[in-house]
Amino acid sequence: MALFKLTLKELQEKFTGGEVTAGEIARAYLLRVSQVEPSIKAYISVTTKEVLLGKAQGIDVGLKAWRKTEPLMAMPIGIKDNICTKGMRTTCGSRMLDNFVPPYDATVMNKLNAQKPLIIGKTNLDEFAMGSSTEHSAFGPSRNPWNQKHIPGGSSGGSAAAVAAEECVAALGSDTGGSIRQPAACCGVVGFKPTYGRVSRYGLVAFASSLDQIGPITKTVTDAAIMLNALVGYDPLDSTSADRDFPDFTKSAKKKDIKKLTIGVPEEYFAEGLDSEVAEKVQDAIAVLEKIGGKIQAVTLPSTARAIATYYLIATAEASSNLARYDGVKYGFRAKECKSLAEMYHSTRSHGFGPEVKRRIMLGTYALSAGYYDAYYAKAQAVRTMIQRDFDEVFKEVDLLVSPVMPTPAFQLGERLEDPLQM
Amino acid sequence: MANISHKEVEHVAQLARLDLTEPEKTLFGEQLSQILTFVEQLQDVSTEGIPLTASVADQASVLREDSPREGLSQEHALSNAPESSDGFFVVPKILPKK
Repeated sequence: MALFKLTLKELQEKFTGGEVTAGEIARAYLLRVSQVEPSIKAYISVTTKEVLLGKAQGIDVGLKAWRKTEPLMAMPIGIKDNICTKGMRTTCGSRMLDNFVPPYDATVMNKLNAQKPLIIGKTNLDEFAMGSSTEHSAFGPSRNPWNQKHIPGGSSGGSAAAVAAEECVAALGSDTGGSIRQPAACCGVVGFKPTYGRVSRYGLVAFASSLDQIGPITKTVTDAAIMLNALVGYDPLDSTSADRDFPDFTKSAKKKDIKKLTIGVPEEYFAEGLDSEVAEKVQDAIAVLEKIGGKIQAVTLPSTARAIATYYLIATAEASSNLARYDGVKYGFRAKECKSLAEMYHSTRSHGFGPEVKRRIMLGTYALSAGYYDAYYAKAQAVRTMIQRDFDEVFKEVDLLVSPVMPTPAFQLGERLEDPLQM
Repeated sequence: MANISHKEVEHVAQLARLDLTEPEKTLFGEQLSQILTFVEQLQDVSTEGIPLTASVADQASVLREDSPREGLSQEHALSNAPESSDGFFVVPKILPKK
């Protein structure tokens, strides 16, 4: 079987067992990417052949002295292009950062690199992670590998497409309002948003700081657990990082006695607007869980209907503040021939940001502006507490919740670009 | 129904340091009105006595030891600057000539 078809766990076992070398893995994936990438467009930047083969050779030679492997050693991984990679261009899918080469690594990159993976490239995303289709990338959309007329989802659409098209064995995404889970669902792969605080956000380009979280996109749940083991942990460089113990997630991912689990099905997630095909598939999955012994329990999350409005306000307000840093002074794009500093700020931001980003900055700025703060941002923060309490209540009764990830299957490219409420 | 005037769009764009074209002003005015109408539903929710979400992770601020560590070198800090000179970021004149 071709190497690229293996799961992370299978590839790891072959490498650890000495059946394949890092060089063989690198060459297999270089070939795969060269064949598939022209039609999928999952990556914004791809590691050059020379660099990747050099890294692989370093691993194969070094292994003789190290005499031990790491779980992600020689594993081909894609990185969403809003995660800072030292010396490797990090664009955020924006003209604003077209030429940005980070002088430091994100904490998750330090953690991954300590295990010597093969970083295949930086994956495509909606500009500054704002969108759910990759159509808002300044570098053009990625394609859904299952049907190239359709979106791969977003904003981590490049990462999901790369894993589904087997252009890497696992990838990192980031999730603010569904940006890992939704593209994973669109591409038929596993996406996992860890609990806020589990994974350091240091070096993740900020969109909405109280929601952003880095997580894995993989082929299997076990693979997600392997990735998560490498990513989690307290980081003094992120003040919201949780200083807590964490289990070996691969052990939690092993088949447990499901008879001990109560599985909640929130009725609000099966409401009007849910595509019948999606509803059917989710019900099928619930039936499987019940058949193998899980206790299914209907639950209610009454504030669900308010979640989207709450998200719009909080995410855009925080984004308008976070994106104030793009002023053409310290890094990134600067508009040319400006006569004053004020003109330079305005011109840089107007030319550097795409329409979706501008729209969200406008909404967030409005919601935070004098006279509107209490009515919009503060109100949304109170409703957010109500949403949180819904979940706290329900988790007193159930161990996990099952729901559709998105209400429809992956839509076609261009189908929803004009509707600002589909952001 | 929220209705954002042309003037309000211009004011918000100024706050956000964005120059908008006339078609953009019209488009964003319409779209912001549409989105604000949608989020107005939150006004119907009674949130009396409900605290604002202060921390997502249910924890107090974590403080680290204030110990020295290596920072970014000047060379690295300036490596992405659109314009720099003698270790400084260079920007256009703050006060334009009269």
